[in-house]
Amino acid sequence: MSDNQGILWEVFVQTKPGLPHKHCGSIHGHDKEMALQNARDLYTRRNEGTNIWIIPASEIVASSPEDTGSFFEPANDKVYRHPTFYKIADGITHM
Amino acid sequence: MENALNEKSFQDKIDEGISIEPKDWMPETYRKHVLRQISQHAHSEIIGMQPEGNWITRAPSLRRKMVLLAKVQDEAGHGLYLYSAAESMGVTRDELLDQLHTGKAKYSSIFNYPTLTWADIGAVGWLVDGAAIMNQVMLQRTSYGPYARAMVRICKEESFHQRQGFEIMTVLSEGSSEQKEMAQDALNRWWWPSLMMFGPPDEESPNSANALKWKIKREGNDELRQRFVNQTVPQAAILGLKVPDTDLKWNEAKKGYDFGTPNWAEFKNVISGNGPCNKERIANKIHSHKEGAWVREAAEAYAAKKNKASIAA
Ligand SMILES: [Fe+2]
Ligand SMILES: [Fe+2]
Repeated sequence: MSDNQGILWEVFVQTKPGLPHKHCGSIHGHDKEMALQNARDLYTRRNEGTNIWIIPASEIVASSPEDTGSFFEPANDKVYRHPTFYKIADGITHM
Repeated sequence: MENALNEKSFQDKIDEGISIEPKDWMPETYRKHVLRQISQHAHSEIIGMQPEGNWITRAPSLRRKMVLLAKVQDEAGHGLYLYSAAESMGVTRDELLDQLHTGKAKYSSIFNYPTLTWADIGAVGWLVDGAAIMNQVMLQRTSYGPYARAMVRICKEESFHQRQGFEIMTVLSEGSSEQKEMAQDALNRWWWPSLMMFGPPDEESPNSANALKWKIKREGNDELRQRFVNQTVPQAAILGLKVPDTDLKWNEAKKGYDFGTPNWAEFKNVISGNGPCNKERIANKIHSHKEGAWVREAAEAYAAKKNKASIAA
């Protein structure tokens, strides 16, 4: 329809070379070029970025909040994955 | 039963300061409340471009014109951040715009006042953005995650808005007697509507109790209004301008100013559609939306054509 605003895209901005891209919001756009330009105009008007990723919002797969407990539970009893689990003799450095 | 349990754990989360995200369970009343507030806020940013846009072509210098353009563009951006936050609650952009165009959704009553002289652009930046910032700083910690994140971005961008307004007021109040008069006249007209921006007194505000309980807001309307007065009165003094309130007086006991009561009848009248510019603002908005229809249509047709080509290839 004529009132269509284009699909919704999620916008990820890298603020400096070497840093990960971070989600900063969403944007409407009819195609990827337009969405990318809109994202630039909206999210980097003050040089906030060195790179932008955009992804159609409908393509994002997310875990569901109701399952948060059971979904992340398997990691709970594996304390040996953390360095603090191990006893190291006094005097050892650089480890 | 399940609902009561949900509601209890929802309130616990709020009390612990854990933010509510779009897919989390929330009471329908919370969802409605937040959605209404975000959409009103978004519409205010968008309609708020008009009183200032009115002066872009007549700004007194190239510098002022560039600054005003950048500010108005920021406000458009603020509207977009907020529309996205509202959309995270499942409403579409078209629905939101439709609610604005048909008068179903409200926006801040302040934008229904006209900007008659260049000094009004100074007063708007100084007072209207100043009041908005006070509110928005608080909202950076609002309980609904997408709204809070939009506010953080907005607050970063607002800081120049108020300064450019105050700069305009400074230049005028140091200028010729006509310029000084113009600055005083702008302050006279914008002072009370700015105080009304914080909303009616808490005891008469139907939404205040829930807003605080759910940490949508963290401070009451009266508290914010008082802080705004305390902060702004000394600034007016620096400009050598007189705040148009005969009840204004420093109160040493409360370390703040006592001040008069805004005309709440006027507030109600303006918010229900009878302010000086309500009709013009909405008519302009609908007009520009219609004028832009061909762009949206063309963009959609182009996207569809390219889509077809890429499938065929
Ligand atoms: Fe704004
Ligand atoms: Fe602003």
